Amino acid sequence: MWVLLLVPFVGLLWVPFYNFQEPSLFGFPFFYWYQFAWVPICSLLIWLVYRSRKPDETP
Amino acid sequence: MSADIDWIALSVFIFFFALVTVMGFFAARWKAGPVDSHLDEWGLGGRQFGTWITWFLVGGDFYTAYTVIAVPALVYAVGAYGFFALPYTIIVYPFVFAVMPLLWKTAHAKGHVTAADVVHDTYSSRGLELAVAITGMVATMPYIALQLIGMGVVIKAIGLTGELPIVAAFVILALYTYSSGLRAPALIAFVKDIMIYIVVLVAVVVVPAKLGGYGAVFSAANDAFTAKGGAAGLTLKSSQMLAYASLALGSALAAFMYPHTLTGIFASKSADTIRKNAILLPAYTLLLGLIALLGYMAYAAHIKVESNNDVVPMLFKVLFPSWFSGFAFSAIAIGALVPAAVMSIGAANLFTRNVWKSYINPGISHAGEASVAKIASLAVKLGALAFTIFLPTQYALDLQLLGGLWILQTFPALVFGLFTRWFRAEGLLLGWAAGILWGTWTAWSNGLKPLATLNLGGSAYVFYVGLGALILNIVVAVIGTVLFDLTSPRTATAKA
Repeated sequence: MWVLLLVPFVGLLWVPFYNFQEPSLFGFPFFYWYQFAWVPICSLLIWLVYRSRKPDETP
Repeated sequence: MSADIDWIALSVFIFFFALVTVMGFFAARWKAGPVDSHLDEWGLGGRQFGTWITWFLVGGDFYTAYTVIAVPALVYAVGAYGFFALPYTIIVYPFVFAVMPLLWKTAHAKGHVTAADVVHDTYSSRGLELAVAITGMVATMPYIALQLIGMGVVIKAIGLTGELPIVAAFVILALYTYSSGLRAPALIAFVKDIMIYIVVLVAVVVVPAKLGGYGAVFSAANDAFTAKGGAAGLTLKSSQMLAYASLALGSALAAFMYPHTLTGIFASKSADTIRKNAILLPAYTLLLGLIALLGYMAYAAHIKVESNNDVVPMLFKVLFPSWFSGFAFSAIAIGALVPAAVMSIGAANLFTRNVWKSYINPGISHAGEASVAKIASLAVKLGALAFTIFLPTQYALDLQLLGGLWILQTFPALVFGLFTRWFRAEGLLLGWAAGILWGTWTAWSNGLKPLATLNLGGSAYVFYVGLGALILNIVVAVIGTVLFDLTSPRTATAKA
């Protein structure tokens, strides 16, 4: 599961993947809404890893 | 900008400033603990902050007031390139989730207060400890000065001139930080963050509605960049892509090496508090991305500014009634107080633990540590204030840029030890020195630009100097460790 934490790095640091104006969404060019979309996706991925790990031995 | 005082905005501003001042002094009694008896109390708020307090505190001191001014100013000036703050503040959280709970556990088990404490405990090296401590203090000072500059921009927008308002604001800040420690910014962060959320959510709904929607905002910005000759635009030029990605990565790795962000980590109640915050803190990133778009809205609103830093205040003055711009300006000014307070506390903790205790008075009591730190926090803030008043603004900007590069060089010493004990202090110290020297020299010789150029096989690669320096740092640390292993084998003193 920990490999999920690397996904945002790939999605955001490989710039040629999203450096476009089209398709736009609600007036936002692709470059912008794509990066905005990564905010909830990143939270979700971290949450998945959080859920799958064993709890701390002691609080 | 007009020099006339906007009385309505000023009244709103004074009301909120008075409110947080009262809260700041009251904070010493909040979640009561003996503030003066132990550095854990003054400098870490008693190590008891749960998920929500940590969320407000770290959110309040990582996303600083200066960000609210500077990120839109950069986006206004250079377009898509200025947007690197968004990927930077996203990818930082997987890193925080994976690394910071380990750091917290080490610090909590041994009672460490600073990054340099952790490094000293791991490597038993006074040299490496001092390198980390000094880097932290030096990198923090210009950062505090920037918060003052951010506050100065909004105070000017209300129509107040001269240095007096900012000196007054800072004296108040210094006094309640002195008496309440980390509890003061933690309590004020609630007010600051709620205010900033209101301001930004109103702005990102109302401003585009007045200007014809987001489509119109982006196309106005696009027209303006095209008219300027097309060096900047709504997407990156191919030569900017590596710079964009390396700035985002380098900044993300540096972000939680700063004393103020680490103070938020060390002050949390548990490792799980930090993990939950890695999931919840990205809400602020959404906010930051929306704030960045204010830079484009300025084009749609046909705002003309003398200095790019005036973009945000001007936008609010032009599009909103006085009472709301007063509210927005108070949010930004209070937003400067929280990080400035936490930064001065972080730097004071470093001075107390890793300079005073290590070199001047090793036998210092817990209460003694707290009183040294309180005085050190005053000194740090006075230094930053003098910096803002007596030196040109550009110096603070340049030094802050170098500060980011420097603090990133403490990454190997602090983080690698959490995962492996293979590295040796001598190697890490050499790597730190190599990274700082090469990075500073390269940034300096490029006219203090954060970018370096590498020519390989006829094509030029432009990247963030800090990240280049970090790679050099790690390479030197590896080679240094291997060489020291050959010449002087390890003794059995290395701790398991």
